Order: sequence, then structure tokens, then C-alpha cells
Amino acid sequence: MSQLQAIDLTCIRRDRALFSGVSFDLEPSELVLLSGLNGAGKTSLLRILTGFIRPDEGRVMWQGESITNDITRRAFAQQLVYIGHKSAVNPLASALENCVYWCEQQQLTTPPSVIFDVLTTLGLVGLEDVPCGQLSAGQNRRVALARLWFKQSATVWILDEPFTALDVAGIALIEQHITAFCAGGGSVIMTSHQPLVSITQWRDITLEYRI
Amino acid sequence: MWKWLHPYAKPERAYQLCHTLLPWFATVAVVSLIIGTVWGLVFAPADYQQGDSFRIIYIHVPSAILSMGAYVAMAIAAAVGMIWQWRTAYMTMIAIAPVGAVMTFIALFTGAAWGKPMWGAWWVWDARLTSELILLFLYLGVMALYAAFDDKLQAGKAAGVMAVVGVVNVPIIHYSVEWWNTLHQGATISKFGKPSIAPEMLWPLLINLLGFAAFVGAISLMRLRNEIVQRELHRPWVADLVANSNARAEKE
Amino acid sequence: MSPYAALLKREMTLAFRQKSELIQPLVFFVLVITLFPLGVGPSPDILQRIGPGVIWVAAILSSLLGMERLFRDDFQHGWLEQLALSDASMTGLLMLKVLSHWLVSFVPLVIISPLLALLLNLTEPMYWALMATLALGTPLVSLVGAIAVGLTVGLNRGGVLLALLLIPLFIPLLIFATSAIESAAMQLPYGPQIAIIAALLLTTLALSPFAINYAVKVSLH
Repeated sequence: MSQLQAIDLTCIRRDRALFSGVSFDLEPSELVLLSGLNGAGKTSLLRILTGFIRPDEGRVMWQGESITNDITRRAFAQQLVYIGHKSAVNPLASALENCVYWCEQQQLTTPPSVIFDVLTTLGLVGLEDVPCGQLSAGQNRRVALARLWFKQSATVWILDEPFTALDVAGIALIEQHITAFCAGGGSVIMTSHQPLVSITQWRDITLEYRI
Repeated sequence: MWKWLHPYAKPERAYQLCHTLLPWFATVAVVSLIIGTVWGLVFAPADYQQGDSFRIIYIHVPSAILSMGAYVAMAIAAAVGMIWQWRTAYMTMIAIAPVGAVMTFIALFTGAAWGKPMWGAWWVWDARLTSELILLFLYLGVMALYAAFDDKLQAGKAAGVMAVVGVVNVPIIHYSVEWWNTLHQGATISKFGKPSIAPEMLWPLLINLLGFAAFVGAISLMRLRNEIVQRELHRPWVADLVANSNARAEKE
Repeated sequence: MSPYAALLKREMTLAFRQKSELIQPLVFFVLVITLFPLGVGPSPDILQRIGPGVIWVAAILSSLLGMERLFRDDFQHGWLEQLALSDASMTGLLMLKVLSHWLVSFVPLVIISPLLALLLNLTEPMYWALMATLALGTPLVSLVGAIAVGLTVGLNRGGVLLALLLIPLFIPLLIFATSAIESAAMQLPYGPQIAIIAALLLTTLALSPFAINYAVKVSLH
């Protein structure tokens, strides 16, 4: 059985029905790519899946229970990594501190050496202690994406435009990591404006723009 | 128990309800405002102390009562919206808000106008005037918050929180101001006691109260109707409505 | 480390990285109070009479300056979203944010208020009453303020709106706090006023967590 199910979701924003009757299951080892024009409701759908937005109709189920239930929401949170438009990187703190804060918030005991290794993989060598406000947009994005390496218990990734501001090498690195995660049984649902380069297997869900 | 209410969560049904209720409210408002005002201003006997200037009571008291009543109605609408997630409840809330604010303003204005001959000053920091002024600020806060959001559904939810927080605070504000007032200047202002009012003075007051209530209801219904149509502009039922009314206009 | 402790640690560390944001409202507070003797005259009697009100009005106004900071940065950067996705009660986390905001913005204000009491010629009983009202009243300001900040945090032009929403709600607090200090000036017991402020604080403490959580949810929408 799939863990995350969207059942008959309807979303109304600004008194306009963005989408209605959207249902799908997110299967293990699966990558779902949400596509659709700007304003079709991709971000809203992802935010409904995380529980930030309550759908106007329909339910999101985690292991058979609705995520509006607080116990289920917390159980879901333990196995979820969400990276949204806003990267949740504080410009006053360094890359290292931002990673530490996130790990502590998620109750992960990640030793600093692991964090250093991940930041090295992401090409942030020597920038670990620089306040993120002084880093470029792409480097900030990399700090945010470092979270994909820390949470070993995660089984679902929800990624909203993860490739924004990344260079070619960065995109390749993230795609490779996504492939590895799916191969290990994880499920990913994401949006992207860029076509995927190295990933060949995915399922498309298209949201149509409606007036 | 409240099941019968639920169909009105649908904007279309709420619109129809407005349509049905509006003539009744409007008729009651016009008739009783005319009777109450003419009776109060022309036929009721003058007060033996205040002379004719007491007659402003026929506007002041109903508007003051309705200013608070409308606030409570607004908060109830907001609470309904939060509990049952009704869009129409938030629309009702914001339909009532400016009407209530105008009632508050009328109460303040007539209060000041009454204060001039009675107390010799346009404004005194009387407890009731002060809490009425704060009530006006609370109304303005709810309306300003609603206006600040682009997404009107989110706006309704946010303004709803302020309306509910406000209604919890209104009694606290009222009693604190009253207490402050008695501390600071209780002696300088001779507060109105509650003199027993003669029945020939009371009747027009009650009729006007009914008239004001129906008037607030009627204007709110009109505003709610507009709000629903504006927000639902893209829906088929609004298109049908427009087509129907155009067809009727052509026939005539 | 529990998510609550982690948040508190992060809040404190980051708050002290923005020292100017912490100090500016305090300077504003002192400045407003300095204006009054210049405006109404330095007569000790007048200053003593208006002092309690001046200090409280200045405290409320300066609190509005720093209030936005409570959720603004974390909302804009997206940290509130990550908080909502941690295995912890969101209400609890938000209350911790309110607590840390109170610690860094209001505790300094309570600490420097004796200085201002000197400027305004307050007597010693008045000073103790002032401390008591500030200690009980400022948490109330933080809690009620957090509701309004939660609602306006998604708006770009929240500052003035915040004042419009909050000032009417602080009127009872202002009335009881200044009345307590005035009672102290006349050597009267001011226990009842303090008790009322405490009652308001407890009521707010019981009800505001739900309102704050709901307000932030509306903004995260």
C-alpha cells in the first residue's frame, strides 16, 4: 500500500477553483513530477500535501489516516522532508548553523563531521562559517538542499522547484541524489520548470490551468 | 440540530436567502423608521429637564445599541466561519462590518451633539462615549485587516480572528473604561441615571430600535448579496442570473 | 535535543545577532519619555502625575516597533513552514517564540525602567508598582501582539495596521497599570489593580495559544 494518498482534492484560491478532484497515490520508489502552467496550482497542491493548506474538498491520507489529525501529522513529519520556494535558510546564521538548527529541530543527531561532508559534497567548502546572507542565491539553495542528506528516516520528499538558482553541476548532483533515494524505496513528488536531465523514469501529473 | 443551516453555506443558496429576506427587512425598516422618527421628533412630549434636545435619543440610543449588536453579529458570523469553514459566513461578517461602523459613528456623533447642550462640551470622556470610540477603532481594525489581503478567503479568516478577539475584549474594555472614568472624573460629570421613561416617550424609541435593526439587516443583506456576486463572478449560476435579468430587462 | 529546546536556543542566538533591532525600540522608549518633560514642562509635580501614563504609553508604542520581528523573518525565510513540519506541537513552538521575544524585548525594558522613573520624578512606592505592572503587563502585550503579528505577517505593509489592530486592545492594560501606580503615589494599596492585570494575563495565557496558532496557520495558507 502506498503511504501518501491524495483523495479527491479541490483547492480554491482567490475565489477561483485551481483544481478539483485530484487523486493519486504516491508509491514507494516512485518519482512524481507535477507539471502545469504557472498559476495552475502546483505549489498549492504540494502545500496541501504537507498540510499547510487545508483542501477545500478531499483529504490527504498518511498510512491510511488523515493528516489533519495531529498525531498523524507528527508521524508524517518524522518521515518527510519538504523544501519549498522559501528555503528556510536564515541569512544571519552560517551554512553550518543553518544545518545544525534544522537537524536539531527535526530531532536528528547529526555529528558536525557529517554536516561538513555533506556541505563539501554540495560544493560549499570553505563557506561553512560564512553567514548565509553573504552567499549567492544558488549557494543558499544548496544549503537548503543539504537537508536531503541528513534525514535518513525520511521516506517522502516534497520538493517545490528544487533546481531554482542551481547551476548545471548542482542540478546533476541533486538528480543523482533523487535517483538514489528512489532506488532505496523513497518516494518523491516535485515540481520543476527545467526538464530533468539524468532521470529517465518518472510519473507525470499534469494540472490544467482553469479560469 | 443546526443541520438546517448548512445549505446556506453554499453561496447560491445564501444569495437566494438574501433575495427573499431583503424586501421584508426593507419594508419593516422604512415603515418603523418613519413612524418612530415622526412620533419621536414631533408628537412625543418634551422632557421637563432637557426640553426638546432630548429627542436626539431617538437616533442616539438605537444606533448605540445596534453598534454593539452588529459587532456581536459580526463576531458570531466569524465564529461560524471558523468552526464550519463556510465562505459565506466570512462574507456575512464583512458585509456587516461597515454598517456597524457607521452605526458606531452615528452614535458617537449624536452623542457629541447631545453633549454640547447637556454638558457644555462637544466631547467629554464619558465612559460610554469612550468605549464607543474604542468600538469604532475595533471595527476599523477588522475592516483594515480584511482590506489588506488580496486573497479574500484568507482575508475573511484573518479579520474573523480579530472580530472574535475583539468581542472577547469589548466587555473588558467597557468595564475598564467605566472604572477609569469613575476614578478620574466621576464627580465632574453628572451621569445619567436610569430615569424611568414615560411610555409615550418609550414607544417611539422602541419602534425606532426595531427600525434601526431592520435597517442594519437590510443594508447588510444588500452588501452580502453584492459580495457574493462579486466573489462568485466566474461561476455559472451568476452568469445565469445575469442572463435572466438581461432577458427580463429586454422584455420590458 | 528536543525540538522545543532547539528552537529556544536558535531564537536566542539569532536575536543577539541583530543587536540593533533589539536596541532601537529601547532607545525609542527612552526618547519618547524624554519628550514629555520638554513638552509639558519640567515641573516635578506634573511629571509625577503624568509619569505612570507616559511610561506605559511609551512602552506600548515601543513594543509595536519590535513586535513585527516576532514572526516576520521566520515567515519570510520559510522557517515557520519547517517548524510546522517538525514532530512537535506547533502551538508549543509558537509559544516558545513568544517567550523568547518577550525575554529579549521586554526584559531589558523592565530593567531600564528605574532610570526613567528617576527622570519622571517617581517616588519609590510608585517605582515598585511600575515594576510590578511591567512584569505582569508586558507578557500580556507579547501574547496579544503575537495574535496580530501572526495575522499580518504575510502582508508587506503590516506595520501601521498592526498598531491599528493592537492599540485598542491594550487600553484596559494601560488603565489598570497607570491606576496601580497612581494608587501607589497616594500611598494606597494597589493590590486590586495588580490582581486584575494578573487575571487578564492568565486569561490571555489560556486563550491566546489557540488564537496565535490559528493566526499563523491563516498566514501560512
